Amino acid sequence: MAASSFFVDLDQIFIILRDWIVGFLPVALRPAAGVVLSVIAIVAVFPGLFALTTVFERKGLARIQNRLGPNRVGPFGFFQPIADGIKSLTKEDIVPFSANAAVHFLAPLVLVVTVFMGFAVLPMGRNMVLVDMDAGLLFFFAMGAATELSVFMAGWSSRNKYSLLGAMRAVAQMISYEVVLLLSSVAVVMISGSLSLPKIVAAQNQYTGWFPHWYIFTPWGLAGFIMYAIAATAETNRSPFDLPEGESELVAGYHTEYSGFKFALFFLGEYLAMFSISGLGTTLFLGGWSAPLSLLTWVPSWIWFFGKMMMSIFVFIWMRGTLPRLRQDQLMNFAWKFALPFTLLNLMVTALWRFMGEGWARWVVCTAILAVAYVVMARVGSREEHFGRRSYRYAE
Amino acid sequence: MLGEGILKGMAETARNFFGSYVSKDRLTTVQYPEQRIPTFEDARVFPFLVYDGADWEAGMRCVACQICEKECPPKCIYIDKSKDKKPDFVGKPQFYPARFDIDISVCMSCQICVEVCPFEAIKMDVQFELATTDRFGGLLYDRKELAKSNEYYHSIHPTEAAEVDARLAEEKAKVDAKAKAAADAAAAKPPSPSTSTPPAEGGS
Amino acid sequence: MTPVFYLLAALTLAGGLAAVLLKHLVHCALAVTVAFAGLALLFLQLDAQFAGFAQILVYIGAVAILIVFAILLTRGSELPKDGVFSRTWFVGLVIAAGVFAVLGWAVLESVSAIPEQSAVPQVTVHDIGVALVGRYVLPLEIVALLLTAATIGAVIVAMHEKVRPK
Repeated sequence: MAASSFFVDLDQIFIILRDWIVGFLPVALRPAAGVVLSVIAIVAVFPGLFALTTVFERKGLARIQNRLGPNRVGPFGFFQPIADGIKSLTKEDIVPFSANAAVHFLAPLVLVVTVFMGFAVLPMGRNMVLVDMDAGLLFFFAMGAATELSVFMAGWSSRNKYSLLGAMRAVAQMISYEVVLLLSSVAVVMISGSLSLPKIVAAQNQYTGWFPHWYIFTPWGLAGFIMYAIAATAETNRSPFDLPEGESELVAGYHTEYSGFKFALFFLGEYLAMFSISGLGTTLFLGGWSAPLSLLTWVPSWIWFFGKMMMSIFVFIWMRGTLPRLRQDQLMNFAWKFALPFTLLNLMVTALWRFMGEGWARWVVCTAILAVAYVVMARVGSREEHFGRRSYRYAE
Repeated sequence: MLGEGILKGMAETARNFFGSYVSKDRLTTVQYPEQRIPTFEDARVFPFLVYDGADWEAGMRCVACQICEKECPPKCIYIDKSKDKKPDFVGKPQFYPARFDIDISVCMSCQICVEVCPFEAIKMDVQFELATTDRFGGLLYDRKELAKSNEYYHSIHPTEAAEVDARLAEEKAKVDAKAKAAADAAAAKPPSPSTSTPPAEGGS
Repeated sequence: MTPVFYLLAALTLAGGLAAVLLKHLVHCALAVTVAFAGLALLFLQLDAQFAGFAQILVYIGAVAILIVFAILLTRGSELPKDGVFSRTWFVGLVIAAGVFAVLGWAVLESVSAIPEQSAVPQVTVHDIGVALVGRYVLPLEIVALLLTAATIGAVIVAMHEKVRPK
């Protein structure tokens, strides 16, 4: 039918476009050229989305705070990122005199490079993944771990005690929540049986009646998604976990001594990390590029992926406008005393789910275990602490 | 319940977000300079000199008593007294300021000059869009720039101006009544012996 | 031995040499991170995806940061006064050469035992997982026990002393 083939073509439009362009080249160069084109597409699209997100964030936060956001540059302020870009490119690049010049220069580069690498394994639509790796999820987390190193490099090389403090706090926070992030993803790997992201999406792309088999619609999936969301907020240093870059506490934390384009690179790196982690969350729990209802599968798959990713970004912005900042010890306590035990329990519940077989029994049992555990841990955690005399121990 | 506060907070911010498109309370921004909030009556920015009537030099109420110059905390007022006198609103000859400068880059809008002036000559203006490209001379206002009419004073501080006018009118009425009484007494009094001739005795 | 192998080997060696020759300790830590990255790329070049990415995740993401924290929290950031080489460098060189000779001999002996031109084995993550809980479950559990002991030890060392209320 003409209508459905039109939608199939629309779904695959980027693949068709790429193959058409690559067709102009000799056969030997075609695979490499295909990859280069896809890389160019990623490098063009995501910073463009970043520019749009900065406007949405400023206007969204503003409306939440009963004020208008930027509304002078362009219609409703949507050309603001152009003004911001020109400003950051033309600012003087100040490097402190006693800073470690080489490391100071490399830190934003390492950040941006590793964050861009993370996009290579995200399936952005049907057949639209840059590299279909067997251990794709592991690659993604490896790149996320390398991000922490760049944060530390930035903070240490600035020769500024506030930067170092901010970097230490950021690294401690990122390491703690990385464990929670990985363990909540492991639950998904257990059920889908593969570390390869396109296979995980394919496992969720099935429908019973109208409803999709997204993992968020299962009890362990919902618990895992909430833990993943909290850990993702902490990994990208977003409110309420943004103490490392809190303007009122630490000037700007580890990127205090960066100005002009290098600061723009840090900003870009942070937002791209947000995009890639939301993209991964969408792939793992929200079904990636699959449609929410079986009668909506005619809508192109990349629209669903980007739509879900942008919904997650809006939730990030919403949380930023709502919650006050957590103190360092509060967020570390939360990570190790609540999030980690709950995630481990979630792993066991996932195993129970897998081995109980189909039927309504596993729904009831798993939901009951998770709900009881949540209530019990919440009660235990909010008991009052009795502080004794403080004791200090210095690292000598 | 853990997480309940977060959900309530998120509901509140969502209400704020969507409400800002719909209701005026949830979007209180005034987009200056296209929109302006009207100033209220008790606003004060920098002082000005009040004059009655049409001629600013003749009708200026200031008599150069220099009390405001002495009381001004940052000493931003500079007054030169004139050599001659001119009549004030009750007709009494008074000095007037040959020079009255206020440096508004120094003035701190404390209103002390207004409070101590015995002649209701200096009052607070409400104009604040006074930016100029000349940092020194452009912010030093002389008496011509400071002189503004009583009608202007009525337009910016109606209640206060009405009260001031009533008081001045009362004083003028008192002075007029006294002058009238003095004139009547002078007219009704018998002429003094040295100046008037004694009435003629008998007629012969 | 493809040109890619030589390139990656050069990168790893350069990282390792820089790690011992540089004066500033944090620079050395970052150079050793480069060496780790070179190792990970060597694993990837041999098609061992899991090993390569696990190397990046664990070594660069955790061990390098641990080394850097250790340098910063102790007073190791002062520059050495007498230069980087210790006085007994010759003995150290002899011992290192001896260890290298033994390891090299062991590797070369085992390589000659494997037939040339064998097909590259396709080891998927699934196979690694099955092996870990099948054939190698005892080492896995012992390593887990070791890690638990290390974690508990770290917590005890870093814990605040509890003051008994009178």
